[in-house]
Parts: sequence; C-alpha cells; structure tokens
Amino acid sequence: MWDFLQTYGGRLAEGTLVTAAQFALATAVALVAALAAGLGRLSAHWPVRAAATTYVEIFRGTSLLVQLYWIFYVLPLFGISLPKLTAGFLSVGLNVGAYGAEIVRGSILSVQRGQWEAAYALSMSPWKRMRRIILPQAIVLMLPPWGNLLIELLKGTALVALIGVADLMFVAKQINGSTFLSAEAFGTALVIYYLLARVLITPAMRRLERSMARRLGRA
Amino acid sequence: MTFDWKWDFVWEIAPRLAAATLNTLLAAGSGYAIALVLGLALALGQRTRWPALTFILRETLEFIRSTPLVLQIFFIFYVGPQVGITLSPWVAGMMAIGLHYSAYLSEVYRAGIEAVPKGQWEACRALNMTTRDTYARIVLPQAVPQAIPGMGNYLVGIFKDTPMLSVIGVTELMQTANAIGSETYRFLEPYTLVGVIFLALSLPTAGLVRLLERVLRRKLGM
Repeated sequence: MWDFLQTYGGRLAEGTLVTAAQFALATAVALVAALAAGLGRLSAHWPVRAAATTYVEIFRGTSLLVQLYWIFYVLPLFGISLPKLTAGFLSVGLNVGAYGAEIVRGSILSVQRGQWEAAYALSMSPWKRMRRIILPQAIVLMLPPWGNLLIELLKGTALVALIGVADLMFVAKQINGSTFLSAEAFGTALVIYYLLARVLITPAMRRLERSMARRLGRA
Repeated sequence: MTFDWKWDFVWEIAPRLAAATLNTLLAAGSGYAIALVLGLALALGQRTRWPALTFILRETLEFIRSTPLVLQIFFIFYVGPQVGITLSPWVAGMMAIGLHYSAYLSEVYRAGIEAVPKGQWEACRALNMTTRDTYARIVLPQAVPQAIPGMGNYLVGIFKDTPMLSVIGVTELMQTANAIGSETYRFLEPYTLVGVIFLALSLPTAGLVRLLERVLRRKLGM
C-alpha cells in the first residue's frame, strides 16, 4: 500500500485537484441556476415560470450521465462545441441546479407569512422585499439541504471522467487499467472522495450555517 | 456534421432501444429489490444491544453515501475477481446499486421506525410481546407506510442512476445508445431518445409517488 502511494500518489493528487476544480466550478453553476430557476418558478409572469419549470423537470427527469453525453456529443451538432472540462462542470452544475431550484423555492415559501406582510406594509418594492427581507431568511433555511446536495454534486463530478476529464475517478481507472491494482486504485479514490465530503464540505457547510444564523441574530 | 434529425433512423433503432429500456427497468427493479431488503436489515442492525455494531454500521453507511456510485461499481466489478469472486457485469452492477441505495433506504426506514410513538413500544412491552413480534406486528406495519414516499423517491433515483452500469458493459439504455453511436456515427438520435425515454418514464413515476404521498398522508391522518 505504501509503495502504491509512493508510485501513484502524485497522479492521484493531480486527479484530486481536477476533481476539486470541477467541484468548485459546478457549484458556481449550480448556485446560479438554482437561484434563477427557484425564483423563476415563483415569478408572476407565466413564461418565466414555464421556462424555469421546463428546466427543472428536464434536468431532474433524466440522468446526469445522459445530460453529460448529450451536452458533450450532441450539442456540437447544433454548433456549440464545448471543451470536455467545460462540458463536465456545466452538466454537473445544471443537473444539481435543478434539484437546488426546488430547495430555493421551498425555502422562500417557508419564510414566515408575517415577514412578507410586513415588507408589503412598509411598501417595499417586490425586488427589495426579496433581496432585503425574504432571501436572507430563506438562505438560512436552505443551507442544510444544500450541504447534502453539494455531496451529491461531488459524487456527480466522478462522471466527468467518462468524457475524458482527467479527474480523480479517471486517474483511478487509468491506474487500474495499467497495473490491475484494482483494490488499491479504486479504494484510495473512494477514501479521497470520502475525505473531501466529510473533512471539507460538511464542516465548511456547518460553519457557514452557524455564521449565517449569527448574522440574522439567531444563534 | 450539422443538425439533421432523421426519422427513419429513429424507427430503425427504436426496437433496440425498446429492448434496452426493458433491461434498464429490470436493472432498476432488481437493484431496488436488493436495496429494500438490505436497507431494512441495515436499519434494524443499528437498533441492537451492541453500540459497537451501531457505530460500525453508521460509519460504513456514511462512507457509502458520500462516495460516487460509479466508483463503487468499478470497485466491486474489478476487486471481486481478485479476491476470488468473479462477477458478471449484471451481478456486480446490481450489487453496487443495491448496496449504495440500501444506505439511503436504511435512513428512510430509520426515520419511519423512530416516528412510531413511544406508547406503541410501551404497550408491546406491557403485553409481554417478544422483540420479534413487536417489530413484525406492531412497529414495522406502522413505520413502513410512513417511509413509502421516501422509498418512492429512491426508486426514481435508482432508475436514473442505471446508466452508470454502462461503464462495466451492462446493455442498458446508455450502453445501447453508445453502441449505436459508435456503429453509425450518429449520436443525435440515440442520445436524445434515451433522454426522452427517461423523461417519459421518470416524470409519471415521480408524479405517482407524490400522489401516493398525499393519499397516505390523508389515510394516516398526518
């Protein structure tokens, strides 16, 4: 095992960095998509609602792998050729964003009625009401489910290996292919994914939850 | 190559995709069956008298839930033969999906069991029921209906994760679409059809799960 890490540790670390980059970029895409679609589904204008609902249903109704292949292999036929790195984080981000949109929508609707009414009574504009009153409270509500969703996102990034992005999964597969040290290669990759999820993502989200709650004077 | 959708090509590949859809459904169904049984066992395993067992199970399930399914599929498929268990792609795939989702389902069961009111347990004890009878006749019949919506969501989840089985060569939808694509150099129709088939199957199922949830809520007076 020690020999294995000495020989392949460097490559696995490079793969982990690519996974981390895919994770960060996909998270950014997911946040923007989720916020846009989540607010879109609550819009007063039906075309906006329809567009947001279509996006959410399509991306939640099909598999991430199907979306990834479609974006990477079929979109070029429409004249949109994306490099594999971009196709990778974009698919993962859009997929997770569709699930995130439901979290955004749900938590906005769970902000207490009185808060909406008070903002209305102070004759705030809808935009100001959303930005200053509703969203800050909704964010506190949506952080715990986002914590779980980000772990799903991290797991989702493993699929980008299948279009050739040299992430952790890809490196593990390569090492397995050339050495047949399957248990070591896949086992180490599994442990790294686990550590990324439990040592980085979960504690970071906990910290964020606490600091957001404090800023709203609730902790 | 530019965008040109060919309907006759669609009809040509439709039978192969239909057969693959059956395989996908079969894979989802058998993976789900394994997950349902194993998930219950894992949920009950956390409720024994041995805290060490609870701890080990909980950490293992946490590990399974936080690592990618596709990597677990590879692990089982490639490491199995090295320890003397040669698995066909189908068996390895079903084991991986079953194990992965049993980790999620055990949480659903656990929540269902914990939602059974304390009085029910006390009544069982007062009636001198065995642990076995308490679970089989009182607790589980109340816990399972509670858990059904969660169980339904994971059925849809398993269905949508079956394309990952294509990585070890299970001939489900994705694998078939890949094969068609590499034989004919046409990717537009096969990949789009796979997407449409997934939508056509998962949207009604998800709708059905929501309906079931509403009906159950009313029946259980929640």
